[in-house]
Amino acid sequence: MSRIKEFTLPDLGEGLTEGEILAWLVKVGDTIELNQPIVEVETAKAAVEIPAKWAGVVTQIFHEAGTTVEVGAPIVAIDTDPSAGPIPSAESLAAVEIAPAEGAVEPGLIGGPAPGGRTAVLVGYGPKTTTAKRRPRLGTPSESPANVVSPPPSAAAANVVASAPVQPDVPAARVLAKPPVRKLARDLGVDLTSLVGSGPMGSVTRDDVHQAVAAPPAVAAGPAVAVFDASREQRIPVKGVRKLTAENMTASAFTAPHVTEFLTLDVTRSMKAVEKLKGRREFADLRVSPLLLVAKAVLLAVQRHPMVNSSWSGGTNEIVVKEYINLGIAAATERGLIVPNIKDAGRLSLRELAEALNTLVRVAKSGKTPPADMSGGTLSITNVGVFGVDTGTPILPPGESAILAFGAVKPMPWVHKGKIKIRQVTTLGLSFDHRIIDGELGSKFLRDIGEFLTDPEGALLSWT
Amino acid sequence: MANGESEVGADAPAGGFVQLLTPDGERVDSVTTADGMTYSVDFTDDEYKELYRDLVTVRRLDAEATALQRQGELGIWASLLGQEAAQVGSGRALRKQDMAFPTYREHGVLYTRGIDPIMPFGLFRGVDQGGWDPNEFKFNTYTIVIGSQTLHATGYAMGITMDGKIGNGDGEAVIAYFGDGATSQGDVNEAFVWSGVFNAPIVFFCQNNQYAISEPLERQTRIPLYRRAAGYGFPGIRIDGNDVLASYAVTRAALDQARNGQGPSLIEAYTYRMGAHTSSDDPTRYRIASEVESWKAKDPILRMKSFLTKQQIADDAFLGEVDETAKTLALDLRERVLAMPDPQPVTMFDNVYPHGSPEIDAQRAEFERYHASFEGSAN
Repeated sequence: MSRIKEFTLPDLGEGLTEGEILAWLVKVGDTIELNQPIVEVETAKAAVEIPAKWAGVVTQIFHEAGTTVEVGAPIVAIDTDPSAGPIPSAESLAAVEIAPAEGAVEPGLIGGPAPGGRTAVLVGYGPKTTTAKRRPRLGTPSESPANVVSPPPSAAAANVVASAPVQPDVPAARVLAKPPVRKLARDLGVDLTSLVGSGPMGSVTRDDVHQAVAAPPAVAAGPAVAVFDASREQRIPVKGVRKLTAENMTASAFTAPHVTEFLTLDVTRSMKAVEKLKGRREFADLRVSPLLLVAKAVLLAVQRHPMVNSSWSGGTNEIVVKEYINLGIAAATERGLIVPNIKDAGRLSLRELAEALNTLVRVAKSGKTPPADMSGGTLSITNVGVFGVDTGTPILPPGESAILAFGAVKPMPWVHKGKIKIRQVTTLGLSFDHRIIDGELGSKFLRDIGEFLTDPEGALLSWT
Repeated sequence: MANGESEVGADAPAGGFVQLLTPDGERVDSVTTADGMTYSVDFTDDEYKELYRDLVTVRRLDAEATALQRQGELGIWASLLGQEAAQVGSGRALRKQDMAFPTYREHGVLYTRGIDPIMPFGLFRGVDQGGWDPNEFKFNTYTIVIGSQTLHATGYAMGITMDGKIGNGDGEAVIAYFGDGATSQGDVNEAFVWSGVFNAPIVFFCQNNQYAISEPLERQTRIPLYRRAAGYGFPGIRIDGNDVLASYAVTRAALDQARNGQGPSLIEAYTYRMGAHTSSDDPTRYRIASEVESWKAKDPILRMKSFLTKQQIADDAFLGEVDETAKTLALDLRERVLAMPDPQPVTMFDNVYPHGSPEIDAQRAEFERYHASFEGSAN
């Protein structure tokens, strides 16, 4: 047995035919142990980690993350005896691997090599690592493998080009090409059946496809179709935070009926208050931003309208009203959107709140926000103003009933004490779960946040 | 030391359970339930150590099987991860003459019966029918159909009574394993009825791992499962299924009652399946991560390890040796699984009828003729 062993994608769940490579956990050259997780694969049934079948050194990875691979196709090659010296080149190995074996069944038939070097099987169950051999039937003339088939000889792989529409029942399966090449051809809009393969056994290679794109098609008879070639598209695998965000947003948008209300207001006094705080000894070592006052406004407004700090428990037919406020702050990080929260923020003094905000932002930017900080949020703020936009209609984080968008603060003409003045103006957008919060409650909550930000000192004195 | 149900740890579900070893590895001397039963264990240091070895070994073998499935060497695997204590404790509580009826997940019980752990692998690899002689090992074949083994077990237990093999300490008893999902099956309810009415010497051992594939417990029952027994007229009791000592003590007592002619009982082992239902499903689609995390803290092996260490029953050398021995067993199992021969196609006709039938014989002959029609055939 060869010391280089190819691991083929097994049927991971009773009858699956393909799986998508989500992420490689190893790279070429890595030394791996038996059963060490090497790759994450997602099938129609589950996302699973595949443990290494052999110990050794990874010599080749056949498919990058994001590729959908058929069951039975090789995905990784492992040198199981790396101490025995250098290995032959990958090309010569590949050539050896799919060289036609005597008595092998012709491509396309069950038991024979299928595109991508895997073994064709009936339905799904195809983790076979070897090419099946079918003995010829007794009483039929012994023929060379290429001629065993009953369909017309023109269907043989090497002849595919000339005779385009052969045998409607047995269509493109005659073209040999590995799955990544097929994907490439699909992405580039190249019809594989129109190509002459230059690879082993007449298989179509990556280069063949690229050449077909580079050279103008020999037959220009077809209707001209404006195809934007895929080199001008970027395909980003959906995974990690992006995937989670997408799931959460979809789940929330389609389970909680959202309503969004807006309030444009004069926050000049809040901006002055921020400046005053910056100058105070207690805040000397802290970063004080308008977000701090928005957070305070939200916390105080929740105390006046506790019902907004709640969640819908469909399973038990209950509304869960929380006496604690875990205040979520949406943060844009390199990994994507995360919403860490400040636990029990309602109990914090303004200075403690400022500290908590500073920490939250610093940790989020470092990418080290622990999962505990991201769970259990009860109500959130998204500070879209930092991007210079006026406001938005935020989507509720799952399990929360309200989220406030804080827009950019801009100098605007504003009617102030009966005259048009230049004032600092912003727009708040509040989305809430209409199952729990009626328009009246949502409006009062937003109005109170607005009142605080219009006159923070007055609100503090009269509310607390 | 705690004494009584009300004082068991904060990790207990509402209504409490019998717990003799807390998640922190603290021993509870004994537990007396409302009906006056007192449960405890009296193990020597070596017996504690061997229980620990069992737990580690069955988990390690299970991990190897999961890996083999992911590597395409098994068609499917039903992992026992998280349920080791329920299985090892109850399995070790069986006496030699007792008969066990498993589901397809009882690899830990199988191990305690002294059966070569490779036995079920033919089934999961698809190379044989997964059969062994149930009478030889006093362990029935794995049952895939949910809950049907409880009826087989009930019939077997009624047979024991008819044979007059109960009524003293040497009597026989039966244990039937099933899960929380199976309690919704008609078969299980029929088994409860017949066992109750005929006072059969049987222990119904329900591993409540909280999910019937993806359906949570609240979709199976409105009351704790162990309280169902009252409706059928026999005692029901809940144990901490992650506590190997409680599993042993309560199962041993229930079996002894059965063999002495005291009739059936139901044990609900409150536990958690840490992995997927089988290798074909994705538990992250129906469970939340925080729930899984909270159960990690109740791990059956960690608490036993913590107990052994704190009590200075076992040292690092012993713990390391147990891990190494388990690993050796697992790698040996791997080699032997990979070496299992593929069956000849014609053997599929072998076990349909013990003495054949004209119909099956004709099918076999036709199948053989077909295979012989290829060049190079022996006949």
